[in-house]
Amino acid sequence: MIAAFLILLVLIGGWEAYARLGHVDEFILPAPTQVATALWDDRGLLWHNLLVTAQEIGLGILLALVLGALLAILIHLSPTLRRVVYPLLVGSQAVPIVIIAPLLVVWFGFGIAPKLAIIALVCFFPVVVTTLDALAAVDPEQRKLLHTLDASRWQEFRWVEAPAALPGALSGAKIAVAIAVIGAVFAEYAGSSAGLGNVILQAIPQLETARAYAAVVLLAAFAILLFLLLSLAERVLVPWARRDTEWSRR
Amino acid sequence: MTTRLEASDRAPRTTAEGHDGVELDDVCFAHPGRGRGAAPVNAVDGVSLSVAGREIVALVGPSGCGKTTLLELVCGLLRPGSGTLTSAPAVLMPQRDLLLPWLDALDNAALALRIHGAGRDAARASAQPLFGAFGLEGFERARPYELSGGMRQRVAFLRTLLSGKPVLCLDEPFGALDALTRAEMRDWLGTALTFEPRTTLLVTHDVEEAAVLADRIIVLTPRPARVAAVLDVPLPRPRRGTDPAIVALREQALEALGA
Repeated sequence: MIAAFLILLVLIGGWEAYARLGHVDEFILPAPTQVATALWDDRGLLWHNLLVTAQEIGLGILLALVLGALLAILIHLSPTLRRVVYPLLVGSQAVPIVIIAPLLVVWFGFGIAPKLAIIALVCFFPVVVTTLDALAAVDPEQRKLLHTLDASRWQEFRWVEAPAALPGALSGAKIAVAIAVIGAVFAEYAGSSAGLGNVILQAIPQLETARAYAAVVLLAAFAILLFLLLSLAERVLVPWARRDTEWSRR
Repeated sequence: MTTRLEASDRAPRTTAEGHDGVELDDVCFAHPGRGRGAAPVNAVDGVSLSVAGREIVALVGPSGCGKTTLLELVCGLLRPGSGTLTSAPAVLMPQRDLLLPWLDALDNAALALRIHGAGRDAARASAQPLFGAFGLEGFERARPYELSGGMRQRVAFLRTLLSGKPVLCLDEPFGALDALTRAEMRDWLGTALTFEPRTTLLVTHDVEEAAVLADRIIVLTPRPARVAAVLDVPLPRPRRGTDPAIVALREQALEALGA
C-alpha cells in the first residue's frame, strides 16, 4: 500500500514537471496542482455531480450482478440456451455503446434509467463469464455426494452450485467496476443533465480542463472505493474462498 | 454413543421386511472408453457376493481394480451392465471427505437431514448429540478448512450415517490420512459401528484395516474386479492389528492378492 502511494507520488511529480516545464498548453494538460485547485474550488459542484454518477454506477453494477448471475444460471441449466444465447451475448459485447446510447436515451429519457441500462449492458458480461466458469468448476464428486444423499436437482443447485457460483459472480463484479465508470461517462455524454460525465462534457468546450481532470480523479477514487467494497462483500459473503485478491495480504 | 439416530425415522426406507442386505449375482460393468472410438474399460467382471444385514464386509484389492465402481453400483450411482444387483438403500462415503466449504461442521454432518426436509435448527439439534459421541464436541461451528484430516473424516462419516440408509459403502475412508491418524480412525470406526451397527461395505487396500474391522474379507483381482478369495474373520472384538490371528489373516489376504 505504501509502495503504491510512492509510485503515485513519483508519477504525479513527473506529470507536474512535464506540465510546468514542457510546452504543453494547460488547456490540453493541466498540472496536478491545477487539478487539485479545481478539485477544491469546484468542490460543491463536483460533490453534487459525484453523487449522481455514484448512484448510477452503484445501481448499475448491482443490476449487472443480479442479471448476469441469473443469466449464467439459466445458461448453465439449459444446454439449448448455452448454444443459442451465449454466442449472442459475446456478440452483444462488440456493439459500441456510443451507437446505441442515443437510442436508449430516446427510449428511457434523460433520467437514471438509460444510464443503468448502459452500465448494466457493459458490466453484465464479465459477471456471466466468471459465474459460468465457477459453475462449471463444481467438483463432480460433490454432485455424486448429493446424489447418494438423495438430493433433487434443485437441492443440488441450492447446496452445491449456488454457493460455488457466488464467488465467481463477485469476481465478475470486481472486473466490471472499471468498465462501469467508463460506461457511466459514456451514458452521460449521450444525454444527461447532471453527473461527472456531464461535468466533463461541459468543462472541455469551456476550456476548464482542470475541472474535467478533477472529475476524472473523483471517478478513479470512486472506482477504487467500489472495488474495496466488493472485496469486503466477498470476505463477508464467501469466507471460504479467501484468496489474495485484495491489496492487503493477510 | 447410545444416541439412536433420528434420521432413520425420517429417511425413506424400503426395509420393512428387515432386508438390510446386499446381493450381487454375476454383476458386470464396463466404463465407456474415453475419446472417440476407444474401447470400453472393464471394471467389474462377474462379481457375485452376498452381504447379510449388519454384516461388515471388506473389499480388498489392488489400486484401480474397480472397487470404487463396485460401491457406486451398490449405491445406484451406476447401473450394472449385466447381472443382477439387489440392495437395501445404500449411501456412499466417497474417498475424499467432500465437506462443503460453505457450511460449518455441524451443518455438513446434518446435510442429509436438510435434504430430507428438516429445518436448519431441527437438523442441527438431531446431529448435535452424535457430535459429542464422535469426539467432535466444540467443533460444531468450525469451517471444514479449520478441521484436521481425521476430524473431517469423522464429520463425513457422521454425514453418511445421518442419511439414515441401512447400507454404508465406505470408499477407503482413511486413505488420505497419515499412518498414525489412520490407526486411530480405524479403531474409532470399529467402535462407531459397534454402537451404530449397519450393513457395511468397506473398500480398502490395507489388509490389516480389513482384518481388524470386517466380519468377512473379499479379495478382488486386478482390473477387472473378480472375486479372488473370501476370508472369514470369526474373531471377537475389539481387535488389534498385532493379534496373532489378525496377523495370520493378513498373510492369507496378502497371499490371495498375489503380493
